Amino acid sequence: MDFSDTPQEAEFRNKARAFLQANATPKRQAKLRKDEPEAELIKRAKAWQKLKADNSWACLHWPEAYGGQGATPMELIIWGQEEAHYDVPIGPFAIGLGMCGPTVIAFAGEECKQRYLPKMVTGEEIWCQLFSEPAGGSDVANLRTRAVKDRSAGAGDEWVINGQKVWTSGAQFCDYGILLTRSDPSVPKHKGLTMFIVDMKAPGVEIKPIKQASGHSGFNEVYFTDVRIADDHRLGAVGDGWKVSIVTLMNERLAVGSAGGPDAGELLALAQNIEVDDAPAIANQAVRDRIATWYCEQSGLKFTKLRVQSALSRGGTPGPENSITKIVSANKLQGIGSFGMDLMDAGGILVDEPPMDGQFQAAWMTAPGYRIAGGTDEILRNIIAERVLQLPGDIRVDKAVPFSEVPQGGKS
Amino acid sequence: MNFEFSEDQNMLREQAQNFLRAKSDSKAVRKILEGDEPFDQALWKGMVDLGWTGVTIPEEYGGIGLGHLELCVIAEELGRSLAPTPFASSVYLATEALLQFGSEAQKQAWLPKLAAGEVIGTVAVGEGTQATTQKNMKVSATSGKLHGTKLPVADGDVADIAIVIAKDSDSAASLYLVELGGKGVARKTVKTLDPTRSHAQVDFDGASAESLGATGQGWSQLEKLFDRAAILFAWEQVGGAEASLQMARDYAMDRYAFGRPIASFQAIKHKLADMYIAHTLARSNCYYGAWALSTDAPELPLAAATARVSATEAFHECSKENIQTHGGMGFTWEFDCHLYYRRSKLLSLNLGSLPRWKDRLVTRLEESNLAQANAMPERA
Repeated sequence: MDFSDTPQEAEFRNKARAFLQANATPKRQAKLRKDEPEAELIKRAKAWQKLKADNSWACLHWPEAYGGQGATPMELIIWGQEEAHYDVPIGPFAIGLGMCGPTVIAFAGEECKQRYLPKMVTGEEIWCQLFSEPAGGSDVANLRTRAVKDRSAGAGDEWVINGQKVWTSGAQFCDYGILLTRSDPSVPKHKGLTMFIVDMKAPGVEIKPIKQASGHSGFNEVYFTDVRIADDHRLGAVGDGWKVSIVTLMNERLAVGSAGGPDAGELLALAQNIEVDDAPAIANQAVRDRIATWYCEQSGLKFTKLRVQSALSRGGTPGPENSITKIVSANKLQGIGSFGMDLMDAGGILVDEPPMDGQFQAAWMTAPGYRIAGGTDEILRNIIAERVLQLPGDIRVDKAVPFSEVPQGGKS
Repeated sequence: MNFEFSEDQNMLREQAQNFLRAKSDSKAVRKILEGDEPFDQALWKGMVDLGWTGVTIPEEYGGIGLGHLELCVIAEELGRSLAPTPFASSVYLATEALLQFGSEAQKQAWLPKLAAGEVIGTVAVGEGTQATTQKNMKVSATSGKLHGTKLPVADGDVADIAIVIAKDSDSAASLYLVELGGKGVARKTVKTLDPTRSHAQVDFDGASAESLGATGQGWSQLEKLFDRAAILFAWEQVGGAEASLQMARDYAMDRYAFGRPIASFQAIKHKLADMYIAHTLARSNCYYGAWALSTDAPELPLAAATARVSATEAFHECSKENIQTHGGMGFTWEFDCHLYYRRSKLLSLNLGSLPRWKDRLVTRLEESNLAQANAMPERA
């Protein structure tokens, strides 16, 4: 057992560090960018992505033919570890490069690959993912957005899209998206789906921001009214959309991250700098108990990740251990946020200039979203139960029923 | 990076599993649970023959000179199989104490016998139903003679030697090595919640004792010893947690209610998923502990407390929810669920309780620079 890199890994890490040192600011030295306008963020993000692409650091694990470097999963991880120490805006590209790109690589025709992938790599075009709908959250396959082949005389080889998507991150600044639609409602729900590449600037696409419970707007509703998509922008066969979407979601696995925000160390720092009943909060046994519990979770996740990476480093397949990451980190974030505010007593409710930049208040307010986005706690428990522990799947009453006959509740 | 056990270590694991599946099955464990024997002699002899009692003892003292990673592998399997032997007391504690603090003469006198399983060792700290401290400790040492009562002492009724912490004065304590068969020692087996592991009350009335390690350094030495042992205990706990999870899973697949396996109900699936999460977090923390133990890393105290707290919580969670998954049958004497439930509490108390380890964990976080490293600059 050891934590050191192999000689090849160490060499790769040194090269990554050298590039980052020369071109970016470490997080610890960076100034806070509260309230940065979104246009500024996108501009910075595109510039960083371009710089990476120009220096062969973008989309490391993609095939070289489409602008990638054909790197190993371990090299991708090392790059990610090193890049994470720097104040660089990679968020706007996370979904496009992490999920859409691999799906396009796996299912698009050659012409589409040549047209779209290199511009993803250089950051010229940003992508989003359009799966969720008002009627299909955890049950994604319950979606209703219709894709109908235009069979009228003189029509090209095109589809017409009508419907609504929801929770689309970044739709307002994206150029393209991958869109999951229902092409045949007369067959059971998983069988009548088809995936497309959609131009987010096409006529008939309307984007409306969603104001979240936290007051922020990171997501959108996207409406499609008679939007036309050429058949050569289809991803996978007609009716194979579910299969294609699984590949998209599988690519989430490598990218799966923890819910970011204050952790046990931040709570410890707060407890050392704040008093409860005239003594430092850290002297309080209840406080120590909670810090210990969350530190064990934080540490357990860290070393779980290292076990998975170790398997990758040795050329093996990662085990299922990573499936616990989001469920543990999102709940931990919610708990730490809440407890940090408790330490501030009645003053914890204040949002103007609270201790430690208000990260506990922010964590508590954003954590409910983390527990839902990308698979709810409940769906993740099902996944652990079914895929890891091999327990039986749920009994599905809609399995053999044509989608058009599946009961739908009044509230969609 | 290689954060895995080696091929040789995994072979050792396989060997241990095969051996323990045959020799420490439910029937063997229950013989100790229900009988008068303090531990399973045949199993113990088999473990000695496999060299396990000498795994960390250098060859010059009669051991086989492997390392602590190997001991972690064995510990996990002992926890999984509930092995009813004095292994933890003798190997994780007494042997380790001699390796860490023993004089050359003490090592030569005792390590070969411990390795050969001729001598069983243990550690005696507790004095009743509260945590023992410098202030409340009554067992004292004067001119090499011990006086007072230790209770409970794991394997105190079967051990040949004990490492005892005793008071030298009001402000200092030392570790002492005592032969339990000698004059001035009386011991009797006591009843505990886990009869698969024997415990005793040991009364000292002028028993001869020689000091182990530096005089007056008893508490700091004990803390160091417990840190090292905590990682091995944690591996036993992780083994027990995984066995409990496996048992619950198998039962849920087999047991039908309302026309379907209970494993198909989300209430059960989510419970098992939570057990898996607790177990996985603990196991990963134990990997870190194993690494720290085997390399004597400076962060060992923090790694030990983290593994200990995490594994204590995981085994308790998995053993209690295993009973719950079994429903009424889980609460019968006949089913093995209660064996894991009992063992989980025993292991969690043996080296000091969960709240105390949590407190110790945070003390070590305070000593490390974690807080500073994570602190955001205060606003001006």
